[in-house]
Amino acid sequence: MLLSLPALHLQTSEYHPLLQLPHGRLGPWCSPTGSPAPLSREPGCGEGSWILVCRLLVPTQVSLLSMEEDIDTRKINNSFLRDHSYATEADIISTVEFNHTGELLATGDKGGRVVIFQREQESKNQVHRRGEYNVYSTFQSHEPEFDYLKSLEIEEKINKIRWLPQQNAAYFLLSTNDKTVKLWKVSERDKRPEGYNLKDEEGRLRDPATITTLRVPVLRPMDLMVEATPRRVFANAHTYHINSISVNSDYETYMSADDLRINLWNFEITNQSFNIVDIKPANMEELTEVITAAEFHPHHCNTFVYSSSKGTIRLCDMRASALCDRHTKFFEEPEDPSNRSFFSEIISSISDVKFSHSGRYIMTRDYLTVKVWDLNMENRPIETYQVHDYLRSKLCSLYENDCIFDKFECVWNGSDSVIMTGSYNNFFRMFDRNTKRDVTLEASRENSKPRAILKPRKVCVGGKRRKDEISVDSLDFSKKILHTAWHPSENIIAVAATNNLYIFQDKVN
Amino acid sequence: MLSKGLKRKREEEEEQQEEEALAVDTWWLDSDHPAVAPAPPAVASSSLFDLSVLKLHHSLRQSEPDLRHLVLVVNTLRRIQASMVPTAVLPPVPSLPAAPGMADNLLASSDAALSASMASLLEDLSHIEGLSQAPQPLAEEGPQGRPIGGPPPSLGSLDLLDPATGCLLDDGLEGLFEDIDTSMYDSDLWAPASEGLKPGPEGGPGEDAPELKETELDYLMDVLVGTQALERPPGPGR
Repeated sequence: MLLSLPALHLQTSEYHPLLQLPHGRLGPWCSPTGSPAPLSREPGCGEGSWILVCRLLVPTQVSLLSMEEDIDTRKINNSFLRDHSYATEADIISTVEFNHTGELLATGDKGGRVVIFQREQESKNQVHRRGEYNVYSTFQSHEPEFDYLKSLEIEEKINKIRWLPQQNAAYFLLSTNDKTVKLWKVSERDKRPEGYNLKDEEGRLRDPATITTLRVPVLRPMDLMVEATPRRVFANAHTYHINSISVNSDYETYMSADDLRINLWNFEITNQSFNIVDIKPANMEELTEVITAAEFHPHHCNTFVYSSSKGTIRLCDMRASALCDRHTKFFEEPEDPSNRSFFSEIISSISDVKFSHSGRYIMTRDYLTVKVWDLNMENRPIETYQVHDYLRSKLCSLYENDCIFDKFECVWNGSDSVIMTGSYNNFFRMFDRNTKRDVTLEASRENSKPRAILKPRKVCVGGKRRKDEISVDSLDFSKKILHTAWHPSENIIAVAATNNLYIFQDKVN
Repeated sequence: MLSKGLKRKREEEEEQQEEEALAVDTWWLDSDHPAVAPAPPAVASSSLFDLSVLKLHHSLRQSEPDLRHLVLVVNTLRRIQASMVPTAVLPPVPSLPAAPGMADNLLASSDAALSASMASLLEDLSHIEGLSQAPQPLAEEGPQGRPIGGPPPSLGSLDLLDPATGCLLDDGLEGLFEDIDTSMYDSDLWAPASEGLKPGPEGGPGEDAPELKETELDYLMDVLVGTQALERPPGPGR
């Protein structure tokens, strides 16, 4: 059922079945310092000091199967992958997450698979390869299910992945689809016991009568193998679709949130969970608001926040009561009367909420803006950044084609000085909170050249369009960057565009 | 994908509405916005209203509707409705006569209650504004989530609106299902024919349906008898 794939020692990049590395060798670049650098050291905003590290294709089912076939077939499949843009809907990446050290990067896709990439280790011989991510492990996390009672199919799409902090040699992560959360253990095996008494080398049982001597089995080194095993399955606790999971800072509990309820779990107990938030009205006719995202405070294990479809954020303290229906703090910005429209509520719906690493701020993403809130000030955000305000006049069309319901995520960098979020046309935006500079970059195949420095993009709103600008009407709304991730301590970012995963690094002088 | 151009003259916009649902986005601002010209909001808003109703229908037809999408569309619809009839007081959402499975358990609560509540909302809307679509009976959904045919009972025969023009129908049910071929069920051939199936038919079955032609009836009888012959279980020796 689970594929154990040899990891890391996948040889030359040109024949790598899973990566689409640029053909030429990547030249040397400065390895980033330990402390995260500011967005850009060059004078002038948006000079673009981000370079492409690698573009990774989430492996399709074809290439997964080919890992078990011989080399010749694999080569054929590789060239097929390289020459044709072969992607099924199952390959669409639905979540991206770095682990706590940044060594691993996990992606989940619509087909229910999880692919984990590992950072290339720095070595004396190949110092320039540091910063690249290679496939470490691939496994099928969730399968499509059928709820016989309701005659409903449960999608296997991975909605969220969250890593647990590493406590031993193995890695643990939580992955969830609409209904079920699973705890996966990813571990390496590089030794194999040999010399069993009751089994021969092929594993067949030996006739006990033929055993005349006893020996002690010894561990012999073997090719590195990475195994993923499901350790816990947390099921049957959500009537509605799970949108968020969040690991608590006590590392013993975590929460899962669906449209109307939030449950608290203990990692060891799978048949029970505590319901800590329930906004389901007694009369479903009165339903006007749903939960859209939730997250635990990074340091205070009793505090969490959840956002709603009406643009509000509630901060709750689990010490106050068992059922946190009454919030401790309520964050809402009053509506701007000059911007009121029929779509005001839809565009105010918060699609993502993230605590800063410091725990002092929360960041929220709604359809047109990213907002930073100080936990001590509930009546308005301290900062508001316009992601793509040129869409404000297009809301009607975006409502018609349902784009207005797209859920964009947002991320902090390691030092909480820069925030990043996605947009349309494969654009993504970064905002430097200190310098107030922002930049728009594009994750596209045309820019997939080795060490290509990303050119800042600009959207032309009206009037004369300059040479490198793109007009609003030319934007491709099917190319949306919903999921991005930022390395916890370095300026390395992962951007998911459909079935492609782009990894960019800040070129530090 | 997006409509080209932002601000247009009103005449152009009304023409465009035939092809594209919505052209000018500034019309959707509230009427007290200074920039909006004193245009008749009902014209522009009705297409937005229809679009929202379409979205609501589409969302409800899903086997498991996206709750966030549903709630946002419903709230937007309420806003549009409020702006279209600014003076009328919105009738309170009627309480459901029966809310099956309101017990909070994982099995039943979500779908039945939600469907019923949305159905009541739609009934409420349909009383106020003529729906441009034939009302879907959402309160009764089969296990597969597909709506069962038949109009909601609360819309009496007098209240039926023609899907195309929005006017009241004179002939009630028939007009609603104009485009559906119901000849099989309308035909009166079946009633007397069923009597013919009984062993030893008493009288001419044509008495019950005097307007039927004898030839048609005979043909039908032959078909039925022929079918019966086929269905007779094979006796011994066959």
